[in-house]
Amino acid sequence: MIELKDITKGFGDKKILKGVSAVMESGKVNLIIGSSGSGKTVMMKCIVGLMEVDTGTILYDNQDFTAMDAHAKKEVRQQIGMLFQGSALFDSMTVEQNVMFPLEMFSKDSLKTRKKRVEECLERVQLKDAAKKFPAEISGGMKKRVGIARAIVLNPKYLFCDEPNSGLDPQTSLLIDQLIKELTQEYNITTVINTHDMNTVMESGDHIVYMYQGQKQWEGSNKDIVFSKDQQLNDFIFASEFLREAKEMRQLDMFKDGKWKEHLDEQLKRDGKK
Amino acid sequence: MLKGMFSRPENMRLYWKQFMQQCVDIGVGSFGIVFIISLFMGGVTTLQTAYQLVSPIIPRSTIAQVVRDTIILEFAPTLTSIVLAGVIGSKIASELGNMRISEQIDALEIMGINTKGYLIMPKILAATLMIPVLVAIAGFLGIWGGKEAGVLSGVLSGEQFMMGLRQEFKAYNVFFAMAKSYTFGFIIASVSAYYGYNVQGGALEIGKASTTAVVVSCVLILFMDYALTAILL
Repeated sequence: MIELKDITKGFGDKKILKGVSAVMESGKVNLIIGSSGSGKTVMMKCIVGLMEVDTGTILYDNQDFTAMDAHAKKEVRQQIGMLFQGSALFDSMTVEQNVMFPLEMFSKDSLKTRKKRVEECLERVQLKDAAKKFPAEISGGMKKRVGIARAIVLNPKYLFCDEPNSGLDPQTSLLIDQLIKELTQEYNITTVINTHDMNTVMESGDHIVYMYQGQKQWEGSNKDIVFSKDQQLNDFIFASEFLREAKEMRQLDMFKDGKWKEHLDEQLKRDGKK
Repeated sequence: MLKGMFSRPENMRLYWKQFMQQCVDIGVGSFGIVFIISLFMGGVTTLQTAYQLVSPIIPRSTIAQVVRDTIILEFAPTLTSIVLAGVIGSKIASELGNMRISEQIDALEIMGINTKGYLIMPKILAATLMIPVLVAIAGFLGIWGGKEAGVLSGVLSGEQFMMGLRQEFKAYNVFFAMAKSYTFGFIIASVSAYYGYNVQGGALEIGKASTTAVVVSCVLILFMDYALTAILL
């Protein structure tokens, strides 16, 4: 579990994060969503320690990450796997060597055991056939999957994904989402995804934090999000005319299929009116 | 930046591998250009010295003596290092800059690796080791090129050149050249690594960082050349 307590971060006079508190739960896919410039990337960089927070604390399983010395931070980081927006694969290494790299650096296992682990991870992301290829020779979706394989090779406790679907077609995006969700449940990882892809939100959002102008505007799950009354969140989710119409049609469908009462009850319970 | 390089390596074998890779890249990778410039540098020095020594009372072997000292004291360490600043410096700056922009450095940081130690230290150590080797080779090749140019153009015979080479040879000059080359090697790698590692932006900034790294390295090389000459000679 990762807990953020009132974290702030600014660059010069510009405040990017203005006192954000949130809990990222274990075994769940936690999403940080928000429009461009809302502070979600800065927030993720602060959580993983690529940026220092100005004030506030970040707790990894109740250990204060912000107060740790460099050595202790290094130890926490070795439990983190991260998938970067551009995959961040090492150009000069093959797919297999990329996945092998963290093991070579930190594992004391024999070469045979390490190779077996790499094979397992590549098989898990269905990329065993691309093992000998270089990053320049594979597609964007494959690069993301190699990034995932590299992120999970050391059995991390925490998995961070920065825009895992950017630049991918909808089908490949869905495959990546499913893969991340399966891995999260399989290994009971605390997964944090930074995204503004609505498919990801609806598909994998066990826990969602919506960021607006550097603040946490809304928090909930993918089941609640479409019923939210938050104006900014609704503007973000139903950004296009098409989606707004689709939402209205869906609400009409509820009346047609007779499930409106159940939905209404659910909504009232959430609002604390029942 | 330099302070951050020194921490216990996460895996000594991988650091060593990285160091050897850099030695190959810097040493073997730059040998071709060093070979060409050294030969021509020596040849041109011989012909220009002969052109300027017009007095009949000065023996022809003096040309070799002048060529030897010019190459050992100045051309081999300084000129070679300036060329290497362009070749190696731009390579280091663009490689690290590209790694920074494509988040490869962030990926290493997240893994818990000291990126300054893993990426920069092997480059500085390799440059400090290999550039003096290249300078020594440049010295030999320059003198040999000078001899060949002198013989081919009929300025002096091979025997006269070899005799001049042995006249009043000071071993201290070689020490001076090596002292300069170690200093220049360190400057080239550290300055270029600094500009590459701290790139922010995109592809355009990588190009700018690369150019700045070469320019700053060259200026520092010339400044240190003067300072070391004033101190050591």
